[in-house]
Amino acid sequence: MMQQPTTHARPYRTAEPDRDMATETNGIKFRTKDVKAWYGDNQVLHDVCMGIEEKEVTAIIGPSGCGKSTFIRCLNRMHEMITNARVTGAIELEGQDIYDPAIDPVLLRRRVGMVFQKPNPFPTMSIRDNVLAGLTLTRSKKRDQGDAIVEKALKQAALWDEVRDKLDARGLSLSGGQQQRLCIARALAVEPEVLLMDEPCSALDPIATARIEDLLHDLRDRYTIVIVTHNMQQAARVSQKTAFFLQGELVEVDETNTLFTSPQDKRTEDYITGKFG
Amino acid sequence: MSNDSRPPSRFAEVLLRVLCLGAAVLPVLLLLALIVDVAQQASGRLSWEFVTSYPSRHAEKAGILPGIAGSLWLITITAGAALPLGVGAALYLEEYAKRGRLANLIEVNLANLAGVPSIIYGLLGLELFVRFMGMGRSLLAGGLAMALLVLPVVIMSSREALRTVPTQLREAGMALGSTRWQVTRQIVLPMAMPGILTGAILAIARAIGEAAPLILLGALTYVDFLPDGVNSPFTVLPIQIFNWVSRPQPGFVIAAAAGIIVLLVTLLFLSGIAIYLRNRFEQQRG
Repeated sequence: MMQQPTTHARPYRTAEPDRDMATETNGIKFRTKDVKAWYGDNQVLHDVCMGIEEKEVTAIIGPSGCGKSTFIRCLNRMHEMITNARVTGAIELEGQDIYDPAIDPVLLRRRVGMVFQKPNPFPTMSIRDNVLAGLTLTRSKKRDQGDAIVEKALKQAALWDEVRDKLDARGLSLSGGQQQRLCIARALAVEPEVLLMDEPCSALDPIATARIEDLLHDLRDRYTIVIVTHNMQQAARVSQKTAFFLQGELVEVDETNTLFTSPQDKRTEDYITGKFG
Repeated sequence: MSNDSRPPSRFAEVLLRVLCLGAAVLPVLLLLALIVDVAQQASGRLSWEFVTSYPSRHAEKAGILPGIAGSLWLITITAGAALPLGVGAALYLEEYAKRGRLANLIEVNLANLAGVPSIIYGLLGLELFVRFMGMGRSLLAGGLAMALLVLPVVIMSSREALRTVPTQLREAGMALGSTRWQVTRQIVLPMAMPGILTGAILAIARAIGEAAPLILLGALTYVDFLPDGVNSPFTVLPIQIFNWVSRPQPGFVIAAAAGIIVLLVTLLFLSGIAIYLRNRFEQQRG
């Protein structure tokens, strides 16, 4: 890549400042440079520069409206789906800018899956069809191995034992927490490399939340996970890295332990100690 | 107790309820009276023979078969043209078009077109299809003119139906790496189908009852043959009824009454199919 222009406001904030490169097992999956995002005239992200490491869980915390959801929606180009929304800056996935005109956002989204805040299984589809939806929608050849894929995805999403006998029941017949795990299974069935989760537990009760958090521990060996949460305990429980956003700015990103025990920035400290937010 | 010295008026409450009930019941009663009256007149004439024979100079022999056949041909052509166009236009406006000047222009025009009197569409059809495109006074010209007539209604009701599909489902589909069309085809359309069908049926019911544009367009009033294709001349049920009503002999008035019953039954039959289809899709929707 080009050398950084000297006017650059701040360097990348990757969260392993003094770790020896040789011992590093994971690479940087995503690297964002000066990401700015707008809804109409309203700028919601200001110059976000951040690295996201492969096969780790990165949590993004911050008060409501701080741009954390917008940020992850930029990572799979869902932000641009909204009328009048736009993004500038560069976001590299394994070194390639995903906003390059040569990149097809449709193909990108097969590599970067997403789970939404509210469970949203497709209402016209059975549990099985929901899991296979990504393959059916895209007419993938793989759907020939449907049963195997359904079982694998549901097992990964820790839902298999609860639904194995009723795969033909409607996705909507499940409880909220089961529906959300179904949505996770649906995202995993496409075999993405990255899983973006936008407050996946905010509509769930504590038990369902705990199940999803357990799930994240199992998934992080295979996937790079970015989870937006307004729940700091959750961030502390599930993530290796945590990024703190405030008013559209990335304030601080660090090892989760470090960020919660000795934050560098006064604003981070105020937020995690509950002084505001 | 409230500070208001007047007690709440029970009387006004009851009065309003009675008035509203009256407003709801009156149209139904009127319609019922009309149907009963027509059915009584028609009772002597309604027979299998009536629906299977051709018109005649003799009122007691006149049948309505060409009208039924013409109406069925016509609505098939109308539906075949208006539904794909209408749903396609609605899909463009709801799923693809960016909010902007073009979308606004189309929107304003649609709203206006829906209010244009049907006879104007008859004129348009006469000029465009019959004369300019050389289709003659054929079923095809009539069906296409009717399609233009119902198109705004189909588009607007389809758009309503598409709007009821939650955005988050579209997002979920897109986030799985499917294209806009794949999401539309496999998620949005199945969910919007009941609403789209309802609108389509209302539109077709309107088309089947229209006489004015077709008279202008040159549908015949006396037809003693069945249409043999889309280029055939034709008549339709409302025109046949109109023709009979305007005859002086009382026998034809009775035939007209019987024709009205046939038209009503045809309409009910179509609505029945629509409701059945809608319920099926709704069940599927869960």
